[in-house]
Amino acid sequence: MSLVLDNIGLRAGATTIIDGMSLTLRRGVMNVLLGPTLAGKTTMMRLMAGLDQPTAGRLLLDGKDVTGLPVRKRSVAMVYQQFVNYPSLTVFENIASPLRVARLPTAEIESRVRHAASLLRLEPLLQRMPAQLSGGQQQRTAIARALVKRADLVLLDEPLANLDYKLREELREQLPPIFAETNAILVYATTEPTEALLLGGETATVWQGRVTQHGPTSRVYRQPANLAAARVFSDPPLNELAVDKRGAEVITAAGRRLPSSGVLANLPDGHYTVGFRCDDAALTRESASAPGFAGVVAVTELSGTESFVHVDVGIGTWVCLVRGVHDWQPGAAAEVSVDMHRAFAFDPAGNLAASPAMAQTA
Amino acid sequence: MTTITLDGIAHAYTRHPRSDRDYALRPLHHVWEQGMAYALLGPSGCGKTTLLNIISGLIIPSEGRLLFGERDVTRLPTEQRNIAQVFQFPVIYDTMTVAENLAFPLRNRKMAKPAIAARVAEIAAMLELTPDLNRRARGLTADAKQKISLGRGLVRSDVSAVLFDEPLTVIDPALKWELRSKLKAVHRALDLLMIYVTHDQTEALTFADRVVVMNEGQAVQIGTPEELFERPDHTFVGYFIGSPGMNFLPAAVDGQYARVGGSRILLGASYPALTDAVRIGVRPDFVTLTAGNGPKVQVRRVDDFGRKRLAHVTLDGLALVATVPDSMDGIGTETGVTFDPAHVLVYQNEIRVEGTPA
Amino acid sequence: MMDKPWNNKAWFFILPVLVLVLFSSVLPVMTVVNYSLQDSMGVNNFFWNGDAWFRDLLDPGTEIGARFADALLRTFAFSFAALAVEIPLGIAIALCLPRRGWAVGISLVITALPMLIPWNVVGTMWQIFARQDIGLFGAALTGIGLPYNVTQDSVSAWVTIVVIDVWHWTPLVILLSYAGLRAIPDAYYQAARIDGASRWAVFVNIELPKLQKVLVIAVLLRFMQTFMIYTEPVVVTGGGPGSATTFLSIDLVKIAIGQVDVGSAAAMSLVYYIIILTACWIFFTVMTQLERRGDS
Repeated sequence: MSLVLDNIGLRAGATTIIDGMSLTLRRGVMNVLLGPTLAGKTTMMRLMAGLDQPTAGRLLLDGKDVTGLPVRKRSVAMVYQQFVNYPSLTVFENIASPLRVARLPTAEIESRVRHAASLLRLEPLLQRMPAQLSGGQQQRTAIARALVKRADLVLLDEPLANLDYKLREELREQLPPIFAETNAILVYATTEPTEALLLGGETATVWQGRVTQHGPTSRVYRQPANLAAARVFSDPPLNELAVDKRGAEVITAAGRRLPSSGVLANLPDGHYTVGFRCDDAALTRESASAPGFAGVVAVTELSGTESFVHVDVGIGTWVCLVRGVHDWQPGAAAEVSVDMHRAFAFDPAGNLAASPAMAQTA
Repeated sequence: MTTITLDGIAHAYTRHPRSDRDYALRPLHHVWEQGMAYALLGPSGCGKTTLLNIISGLIIPSEGRLLFGERDVTRLPTEQRNIAQVFQFPVIYDTMTVAENLAFPLRNRKMAKPAIAARVAEIAAMLELTPDLNRRARGLTADAKQKISLGRGLVRSDVSAVLFDEPLTVIDPALKWELRSKLKAVHRALDLLMIYVTHDQTEALTFADRVVVMNEGQAVQIGTPEELFERPDHTFVGYFIGSPGMNFLPAAVDGQYARVGGSRILLGASYPALTDAVRIGVRPDFVTLTAGNGPKVQVRRVDDFGRKRLAHVTLDGLALVATVPDSMDGIGTETGVTFDPAHVLVYQNEIRVEGTPA
Repeated sequence: MMDKPWNNKAWFFILPVLVLVLFSSVLPVMTVVNYSLQDSMGVNNFFWNGDAWFRDLLDPGTEIGARFADALLRTFAFSFAALAVEIPLGIAIALCLPRRGWAVGISLVITALPMLIPWNVVGTMWQIFARQDIGLFGAALTGIGLPYNVTQDSVSAWVTIVVIDVWHWTPLVILLSYAGLRAIPDAYYQAARIDGASRWAVFVNIELPKLQKVLVIAVLLRFMQTFMIYTEPVVVTGGGPGSATTFLSIDLVKIAIGQVDVGSAAAMSLVYYIIILTACWIFFTVMTQLERRGDS
């Protein structure tokens, strides 16, 4: 029971938009497509829905070839970033609209709409018009409409992107149990690593029209197969350090010599890119084994619970996490210590050479 | 040096407001200081845009006075107020080059040509617009156009204030932090009073020296980002700042302890006996799951945020979000929880009660 | 763009449109082309004439050529005069119309009224309107001592025709400009006030550029309509005095129906048609260029 993309390609003239993509999306798990804007997530969804046709490859639904089958003949529901509801219909009628099109009996429509409304906590709002709803309520209505149809394939294209952060927080909590109840193949596109982690399930990281990694979400996060996947799955951006390993030493691009510790310790000599996330770059010296880099604070981004200090360390700007809200002033001197035991090492081709998880299993 | 004084400014869209609910903006006293960056932060409909429009002159407040320095400008039209404003969507003059766009406010005020050129060059350099100076503004991307709008807002050095109305709405998410930091740098370089309206906490906290948190027409707290995080004066601030927001638990407080259900929780200060409409507030960051110490909680769910894990638990039937330490593996259904006393605050009728140091 | 799977059923759906186009445009044009290449000696007695009609028509030395050149020049002059008045006047009036409140609906309806009157009625109205004895327009001008006589004086005739067109069709320019002005977000006006811009600067730097696309459409529509003007001059001046207001369309009818000179008339129609097509093509190119430069 799955949707299989078999070597799917899409070209427009000379430009390749989707490049030989193979992916198996299973029923009963949340399939997350994670990638930055314009990475190709929306295009992939349009191909899956049958809104566009691929120029190469096949699309198999539960083993049947559905390539070229127009969208009308497929069982698809879609939720968009913009809140798409019929402005002249009540919430009830909005949710019921796909069932009315399918000419279901009134009693069946009534019970399905009530059920979807109760899942999405829309019961008190059923007689309202979309214009009277908040953004969160409008998007919940759109999601209810997608679920009520009981389509084989439910596509959610950044459904929370246009909501304020408090509403986004709320819906992120509410959605996973609701989705768990459906029997559809669920595909959820997002630009935000946090959202992918909270949705769980399986994640495919998308970068420039390619799937760079696909697997259980937590594993993709903790063991990115390549530099592209690690970059996509890091927010703030992944910090990177290019090194040349020679025996017990590594030499940075700036010519600095460091002991080859942590993730680099057991690797053969050669060039590597060390990638580490903001929580593995501390602004104070934590242990003698962590190499320290002197730098200057460029700017501090304050979310409500964390502070992301961007530090210019001469060979690039790194982002360091400080828990709580602490305003490090631009221009202040800072020392960044990198926890090499939690970093990733990538070979010159960009593939993962060593990671903390690999060290654990070894 | 100009300050902007809100002297009992209030606004109601109805003719005869009776209760607080009739006010889009409830009476507010505040002095905005020269050289400072302020953010007005709140959900939609909280009154932040009304306040901005009062300062810019688009709305004449129904009560109170607005002073720029010593001058009463309450009823003056926008053009006589000496302010600059950046809007949600880029406003550029299509027919002009980028340089002409930036120079426009200065040219209209008959500034000398060499002085204009120097100032335009300075602002363009700050916003990294220098390579585009001689290009037509109309062909540029939305991001670049909004940078031009920002530049036109910042180009005059003699304004009383620069107002920003959610200026990063149209900016690509990947570029947002870059512009946020640029604005911060510009603010440090230019000695201007800046007021920034947004519903996004990261934008507000990152940009501003002082954040005004607004809700239902009321400024519930004005403080530094640290203050809003560490010591929210109002439960709304605790909820609105932080993802997720603060935990609030109904409690009875006496001396150095709060009683929540059947558990006794140590507080960081001493309080008189409080029982009526009392809640304690503590951020998830300061509640930690333990293997066994402290009050018992039932674990409902654990959310993995990658760099941290948060557990949704119940303490005597009350919902609570707590941090799961990195070292903790295999969380059972029942475990202990500890509170950091210094960060457990006491609220009565939604307002924080100041304790006496213990 | 993309390779689409072939679907032969699609042809079936566009077939009716193709048939319709065949009968409504292709066949009539081919008939005209046919006439333009032949001469006739009496009814149903046609013989091949090659490009002779066209050579005569485009050579000002011949009688027909001179007549055509005059009419063409006159028609261009009329289009130019009408546009030169209507476009600025339309923008100016649109700027004066209220932007909000109860007055919007009323002023728009009043503005639009002249457009709702059919051409021949307009002509008849103005025929009476322009009379020196009882017409409001004619009598008023005569009354203040101007030498006005629509049937005898060519300046009077010209002024009258232009005034009719301005009265009849400026509302179209007003409505288009008004829609364009309304589409400008308030933030632009507010920004301009904050930037200290004068009213003139607002017009030149905000309103005019934002009206550009709308104005191209207005110019295109008005050019095509004025270039094909027929009914009003026929009714009011009959193309006179002399041939002062004999525009191309009128001349065409005179030659074709009055003189039954089908070959000449057909050649003339084709040249006329090509001029209009060329004008449309130029406007279309300008519009797509504007579109591509993409300002939002």
